[in-house]
Amino acid sequence: MTGLRGVLFVGLPVAVILGFWLLARWEYRHGRDSHRQSFVARNGWPVVAFVVAAVGFWALVMIVLPQLYMVDFSFHPKLPPSQRGGPRDVYTLENYRYFLFGSTRSTASWNVTHITAFWLTIAVSMCITVLNFVICYPLAYFMAQVGTGSQVRKLMLLLIIPYWVNELLRAFAFNILFGTSGVLNVILLCTGVIASPIDFIGQDIALYSGLTYAYLLVMMFPLYNALESLDHNQIEAARDLGAPWWHVHLHVVMPFAKPGIASGCTLVFMLCAGALAAPLVLGGPKTLWFTPIVYDRFYQAFNWNQGAAYAIVLLLTCILFVMMVMRVFRVSLSEITR
Amino acid sequence: MSADVELDDVSVRFGPFLAVDRASLKIAGGEFFSILGPSGCGKTTLLRTISGFLQPSQGRVRIGGRDMAGLGANKRPTALIFQNLALFPLMTVADNVGYGLRVRGVARAERRRRVDALLQLVALPDQGGSLVSELSGGQKQRVAIARALAVEPQVLLLDEPLSALDLRLRQHMRSELRAIQKRVGITFIYITHDQGEALTMSDRIAVMNRGVIEQVGPGRAVYDDPATAFVASFVGENNCFEGTVVETGDGHAVVETGVGRLSGRRRNGLAVGDRALVFVRPEALRLVSDDAPAPIACELSSSAFEGNATHLFARARQGQPIVVTLSRRDEAGAMAPGQKLGLDYAAHDGLVLPANGHGAD
Repeated sequence: MTGLRGVLFVGLPVAVILGFWLLARWEYRHGRDSHRQSFVARNGWPVVAFVVAAVGFWALVMIVLPQLYMVDFSFHPKLPPSQRGGPRDVYTLENYRYFLFGSTRSTASWNVTHITAFWLTIAVSMCITVLNFVICYPLAYFMAQVGTGSQVRKLMLLLIIPYWVNELLRAFAFNILFGTSGVLNVILLCTGVIASPIDFIGQDIALYSGLTYAYLLVMMFPLYNALESLDHNQIEAARDLGAPWWHVHLHVVMPFAKPGIASGCTLVFMLCAGALAAPLVLGGPKTLWFTPIVYDRFYQAFNWNQGAAYAIVLLLTCILFVMMVMRVFRVSLSEITR
Repeated sequence: MSADVELDDVSVRFGPFLAVDRASLKIAGGEFFSILGPSGCGKTTLLRTISGFLQPSQGRVRIGGRDMAGLGANKRPTALIFQNLALFPLMTVADNVGYGLRVRGVARAERRRRVDALLQLVALPDQGGSLVSELSGGQKQRVAIARALAVEPQVLLLDEPLSALDLRLRQHMRSELRAIQKRVGITFIYITHDQGEALTMSDRIAVMNRGVIEQVGPGRAVYDDPATAFVASFVGENNCFEGTVVETGDGHAVVETGVGRLSGRRRNGLAVGDRALVFVRPEALRLVSDDAPAPIACELSSSAFEGNATHLFARARQGQPIVVTLSRRDEAGAMAPGQKLGLDYAAHDGLVLPANGHGAD
């Protein structure tokens, strides 16, 4: 067991590094450009050593190892510390079985609550991503192409300052805003728009608003960056050729900003599906959101193995989903990181 | 179909800055019309006002007799070629050219046919499938022209589209543009700061300075008979001598300048005692033999051989710089810097214009 684990934790990273090194060698040999010096020749050994060590440490210790540990965890049964590594500590699928069927052994009935919460989380995250795009696109377009320098600076400040406030604090503020006796209900009652208070929290309106608000900037900046590099003359050229404004946006502006749109949407979707603070604070008693369930596996059920399995299911589904959407819209991974 | 363009007392104001100051122009249908001026003179503003990206603060723009007030760029029968061309980088050449047709809902087959015809016109057949980034500067130029012509504008507006090209290509594109204009027969309004471009291509030229149109006329008239000191110094090379009018006659005047008394043709409104400028083109000056009396005496500083002509750079009294262009035939053998020169010119080659404060910028 320890032997296998050792191979997994030491061998895999080494194999990955070796793979990258071979790739780099191959590229160096085949794409050789006589005018270009190698990275080493340009920067010297100390710099190269530092960059490799720093990036390697960051990638391996901070990202790859914890994730690998979680993957390994998810395939083990929950055991008291004394039995870990013992004869009962075997590789098993029971944690995944529990997610699907609500039991570690039987496959008789589906785990409806968790599966519903899972798909609801994905679906709602998708809706919030779209909503975020709808809100941010006009604003980003205005800031990047229309507004004057001082207008853009003011808007930027207005956008950024709320984010100095802690995420949890913002969620609580939304809770106060949307509560049954909250500001919004009071205003609506006083102005006579409604006769009795609306349960914003119970109906998840507070949660969805909070999530939308939480990731506005994450959508905003990639969009703004992409739109800002668009030559304004292209918009004018399209106008001059007779295009109505929606045609210009659909066929000139959006295709150009596609990498930014993809990058913003991916980030918002991923962060939204993995959000914890907002669902915990703004979720009502009947709210179904997947991350609090994962949290409960860890800290209520004290079943880290099951929690790891749940988290991995969410992670893999999100990655697959994003890849699929990128495929549909013909965006490559390298474009997103541009 | 071509349309005439009429600007009636058009002013464009940006806050306190008056970019175009009461410009009035009548451009005939099918004319190749250039607006020539230094950068910042308001020529691009004027062009954007005609194309509909800007609305005039005052005055009217009429195209084909129709008032364009309140019509945006997408509603006007004009097409603009941008200085940086503004081709759509993610589209193929054919999609670029066909964009305006697609906007108008032209069916795919018909679109394809017309795009092919246009690419033929600009001598880029078989390039429809290429990406814009794969083309050379001159080819991009042609795509921009084809894209603008695709929407069958009545007026084509060109905002210094040749400025990014190298000299040889620029000269080639000049004649090409002229040929295309002849073939399609629509009105071209061409903005440039390059007087060579304006002179070679245009039927008529408007010279603009500080938002004001100073002179409108055929290239030859603008060159030979400039109306203002600015036009005289901006269009082509010119030697300028400042002084006071000492004598006026029938259509001519004599001016006491720093280098001596110079005479030339006179515009109306100059009287004895007025400050005036005398302009003499470098090619109008000729060398006189050492013993003959010369109205201008100067000393050679340097010379530049340019193949078909030689330029002499000299200084007269008070450091007044003088340029003389000698054609091959008039060359007077080898000359060394420091040599004394006597210069003369025919009386009708001198031009006396009032010094109005802002002459040569």
